[in-house]
Amino acid sequence: MAYTERIDGRKFDELRPMEAKAGVIPNADGSALVKAGKTTAYAAVYGPRELFPRFKQNPKTGIVRCHYGMMPFSGSGERIRPGNSRRSQEIAMVMEKSLNAMIDLSAFPNAVVDIYVDLPQTDAGTRCAAISAASIALADAGIPMKDMISSVAVGEVDGTVVADLSYDEEAYDAIVSDIPVAMTHNTKEITLLQMDGEISKENLMKALEMAKVGTETVYELQMKALKDKFSRSD
Amino acid sequence: MISNKETISVLAKEGKRLDGRGLLDYRQPIQLETGISWTAEGSAKVQIGETVVMAGVKLSLEKPYNDTPDQGGIMINAELLPLSSPEYESGPPGIKAIELARVTDRGIREAKAIDMKKLCVTPGEKAWFVIIDIVTINDAGNLFDAASLAALTALKAAKFPEVDPETGAINYKKKTDQGLPLLKEPLAVTVYKINGQLLVDPTTQEEHAYDARLTVASDDKGTISAMQKGGEMPLTIEEVGKMVDIALDKAKFLRTEVEKVVN
Repeated sequence: MAYTERIDGRKFDELRPMEAKAGVIPNADGSALVKAGKTTAYAAVYGPRELFPRFKQNPKTGIVRCHYGMMPFSGSGERIRPGNSRRSQEIAMVMEKSLNAMIDLSAFPNAVVDIYVDLPQTDAGTRCAAISAASIALADAGIPMKDMISSVAVGEVDGTVVADLSYDEEAYDAIVSDIPVAMTHNTKEITLLQMDGEISKENLMKALEMAKVGTETVYELQMKALKDKFSRSD
Repeated sequence: MISNKETISVLAKEGKRLDGRGLLDYRQPIQLETGISWTAEGSAKVQIGETVVMAGVKLSLEKPYNDTPDQGGIMINAELLPLSSPEYESGPPGIKAIELARVTDRGIREAKAIDMKKLCVTPGEKAWFVIIDIVTINDAGNLFDAASLAALTALKAAKFPEVDPETGAINYKKKTDQGLPLLKEPLAVTVYKINGQLLVDPTTQEEHAYDARLTVASDDKGTISAMQKGGEMPLTIEEVGKMVDIALDKAKFLRTEVEKVVN
């Protein structure tokens, strides 16, 4: 049994319908909304602002702090208890690493830039939507960045390499691998790479090539979101 | 934020506000939307001016409480997300979130808005429990009214999930077309007192300048189901009467907004 047709009818390298918008949270210094299929992520950036407690301050540069949270009603099963889980803390950490490399806060010693991502509904690919949304929000906030970060998951479902897996594909009854990837736009370097499941090296390389194309599609949406905001007449 | 406490107070005395609204005008737009989360059994997004709040209803089957073996239950929780305001920090709910959740909870619980007996599946063993989570997306003031609007709209939009008749397991991915057994539809309106004047729908700046506030939850017949006084200053009986009148009147107005999106 091979995976010859995707459950939702997409082409193998086709992303789910995606939507991106900048400036959705007026209180924040920068913000964004990213929808990928039935996954929705809100991102808000606050800062650079003073960092407390003080011992966490770095006199040489500002630092980035990521926060990731699924809203209690955003899981496809039972209600999720609010507050940090081990999962949410790990995701926040990998988000931080994935974004940090492209952010230059050397002009803001002792400061912090807080990035908050919260999701009202999820259907796989939450960390990718979170990173893509965070990247728009950072640009919206005017944080100095060397490059834009775009993220998408790739993987293998029963022998077939596909992009942007849905939950039904992640749960497909066969060998499945899920590989969230984040890439820089200009240099095509990888800043997030995780994987679970099973995959051959050959298919992994194929999947990463697919991620390169997929993140480019995400990038175009991110830039459109930013242009739409800043070309508004008001 | 620049403190305009003094200005807000002086303006209020003349019946004026910083943003030019009348004292008893809500901000525009007021927008309600249901079905904003496919994973919730019912969900709603409420926008009042720049304030945006979401509510999601999750249903689960639990053992009823010992003192009410023939009834289901309800719980309301509120999260003031740091995403929604520079004033909020990560961590367990503070007193502001706790008060918001409890006042919203009382408005619905004490009105007996949900027929708790109809939530019971097997007395003493199994009943539906309704959990409403309220989250802030952008706090630009008046969370009490926004939270109450979002909670009621999400409740009205909620549908029971399918239950496997054999195993009794809930299939959250499949919803039935059966809604919650709602008996009443309470809505909360909060009236603020600033420098002797009464007003509704405060902005964040006005929330930093008020002397007292009174939240009044009422149903479509004007029956009051919960109240909460807040603020540092006292209120006279006469003022309470006036505030309740305003709250009942404004609840009618908000009710028409709910009815635009759910039956």
